[in-house]
Amino acid sequence: MSQSIWLTGIVIFGTLFGVIGGAAVLVWFERRLLGLWQDRPGPNRVGPFGAGLAIADVIKLFAKEDWVPPFSDRIVFIFAPTAVMIAMLLGFTVVPYAPGIHIADLNIALLFFLGMTSLAVYSVLLGGLASNNKYALLGGLRSAAQMVSYEVFMGLSLMGVVMMSGSFSLVDIVNAQENGWFIISQFLGFFVFVVAGIAESHRLPFDLPEAEHELVAGFHTEYSGMKFGMFMLGEYLGVILISAMITTIFLGGWLGPDFLPPIIWFGLKSFTLVCFFILLRAAIPRPRYDQLMALGWKVMLPLTLVNLMVTGAVILMMEA
Amino acid sequence: MFSAIISQLRTLWQILLHTFSGYETVQYPEEKPYLAPRYRGRIVLTRDPDGVERCVACNLCAVACPVDCIALQKTEDEDGRWYPEFFRINFSRCIMCGFCEEACPTYSIQLTPDFEMCEYDRQNMVYEKEHLLIDGPGKYPGYNFYRVAGKAIGGKAKGEAENESPPVDIRSLLP
Repeated sequence: MSQSIWLTGIVIFGTLFGVIGGAAVLVWFERRLLGLWQDRPGPNRVGPFGAGLAIADVIKLFAKEDWVPPFSDRIVFIFAPTAVMIAMLLGFTVVPYAPGIHIADLNIALLFFLGMTSLAVYSVLLGGLASNNKYALLGGLRSAAQMVSYEVFMGLSLMGVVMMSGSFSLVDIVNAQENGWFIISQFLGFFVFVVAGIAESHRLPFDLPEAEHELVAGFHTEYSGMKFGMFMLGEYLGVILISAMITTIFLGGWLGPDFLPPIIWFGLKSFTLVCFFILLRAAIPRPRYDQLMALGWKVMLPLTLVNLMVTGAVILMMEA
Repeated sequence: MFSAIISQLRTLWQILLHTFSGYETVQYPEEKPYLAPRYRGRIVLTRDPDGVERCVACNLCAVACPVDCIALQKTEDEDGRWYPEFFRINFSRCIMCGFCEEACPTYSIQLTPDFEMCEYDRQNMVYEKEHLLIDGPGKYPGYNFYRVAGKAIGGKAKGEAENESPPVDIRSLLP
């Protein structure tokens, strides 16, 4: 019993530092990858391959003046960036990295994850509202509308997986994929969940709450210093979390051929998905706002419902 | 809708192919790009093959300059040659458009393939004549304005220039 407490402790701290460090490194890594795909080297001056940029960025963020605008709603303004960090970090508690290596194996892990990512929206909303700035408000408004439309089928797209594995527990879901990953049997669900995941983490092409070209910096226009850094970190944490979740739910989590340990398989799959997220940013332009909403309600939601019905029908037929 | 998704996936694939396409950019301070001889960079004042400055202070460059960064004052030497008393280019205004070079009737003002002229003090961007003058003829070797122009100066009367016939003697009856 005491050993398992030690193990849990190690996993907790490993996750905390690994994930936050990973998010910091991801800032640099993303710029290198974007550079690669845009036929230029990207940041390559600080340290080996420019990797020192991650540290330099953090130092810079800490050294910046941390300014709270006098016209803002002070308490909410300060609370908003912490919300996204807390929610995203809590989301990591249910991720199963390998058999036995997880912080908590909740029997409602999937719902917990959905709840935490939904809470992260409050950060954007409150940040936009408390800034008392038109651009920030527009960003928060867009974020709210985007979340309302994309939350719905984000949850629904996972229900097919839940029906097939018969459990909300992520460990059970991974174990249910021994005979074939859910990406094959639930491809529509996978597709919809990826799209919703991008929208959830405000990544391009669905970064309308930020939309540099139209809204200055969107909801974090008024933020500076480490408060801005926390929004930034939250976004990258979101990318890692969504990648880890897609891996767990659709790509068989830690499952893989025996020549690599399970945790490496998990890391490799998540890493590939993170790279895919960055590729999306490099390749696809941002849709117009009404196009985004139309895509959500008119295409993604019906697609999810069809997927749900077909999955249910097939399961009933197999049982009969 | 379906074709739109295919189009997006095709975009993704083509961007992914760029992984192997190498860099378009140059690592500047270590690796310098090739600048063509006609590159429009730092402005110089050239001299003719005899080593005398070519500028005749006609002011055409200053007139042509869209940002008014050239200032000069004409004066004459004892031979009657025109030359600038001072010639000043404010490079913090200059946009390297090359209009001055096109306007110049004597090939004096020329643009060179050099753009590395950063200064910490803005005042240092103002170049005087001694900073602008170079020793050679620049892009046009062998050209000497006074040797081909009809203007009479000390040591060269009317009609003595290259390819110039002597002036017509209007009082003579000979054809």
